[in-house]
Amino acid sequence: MAETTVPAKREEKNVPSTREEARTLSPPVDIFENDDGLVVVADLPGVSKENVDVRVENNTLTIKGHAEGICPTEPQYQEFELLDFFRQFQLSEAVDQDRIKAELKNGVLMLHLPKKEQAKPRQITVNVG
Amino acid sequence: MALRTWNPFHELDMLRREVGRVFDDFGNWDSPFSRVSFLPGVSARAYPMMNVSEDSEKVYVEALAPGLNPDSLEVTINGDQLRMAGEKPGLEDVKPEAFHRSERGAGRFVRTMTLPTEVDADQVSAQYKNGLLLITLPKAEEAKPKQISVSVE
Repeated sequence: MAETTVPAKREEKNVPSTREEARTLSPPVDIFENDDGLVVVADLPGVSKENVDVRVENNTLTIKGHAEGICPTEPQYQEFELLDFFRQFQLSEAVDQDRIKAELKNGVLMLHLPKKEQAKPRQITVNVG
Repeated sequence: MALRTWNPFHELDMLRREVGRVFDDFGNWDSPFSRVSFLPGVSARAYPMMNVSEDSEKVYVEALAPGLNPDSLEVTINGDQLRMAGEKPGLEDVKPEAFHRSERGAGRFVRTMTLPTEVDADQVSAQYKNGLLLITLPKAEEAKPKQISVSVE
């Protein structure tokens, strides 16, 4: 599963940080394989169900999330910054894109990407002429 | 603007803090969360990362801790020390060879911090939402700012 960056939206080096809208965080992910297919697990702290956007276009999986803090005041001592999340992956042809399932719990997104049913082996009858 | 006399020890202390801050900020400048979470030993760093703020009534500590087991969260206060402990469970029933990527850390953590003011330990509340932990600490009565009226004669 290769990682891709299709739109030029991702944070790039040498781009002035004043372009606030373009600044995104790449969430850390775990990807593993089980009997059904692939599972993608991403940490998206501060992202609620309404603010997460997972889509598949041209075999590209895009995970976007808008993070919102719960603290009522501006931080005075700051170790982290809640920016929007953005990350893309190239999907293989074997993924059944219609059956992708996603769940979000406690800021962790879990995506199930099942594999397509394998083409069933067919018996070919041989006619003896 | 601070008005103070020049004190060499104070200057040295400032320098020490400045140098300390450079190391604190290491790996933390443009995308703090992602950069840090890619480091192999998550436990080697202060975890969870937190933002601290205050208003005249309360101190707020917001911590970045997605995927915790909420039952494992422990928040304790001892004097001016705030201690938070908990566990981020790893993925269960996954064979190591089944992983394509493994960037999220997991495990138990403990972090303590010194609070900026005295707080009323009985009134402290903690909330865990969308992977963020918010601890609200009402200030102790003697730590609240007092308005002093100026009488003009």
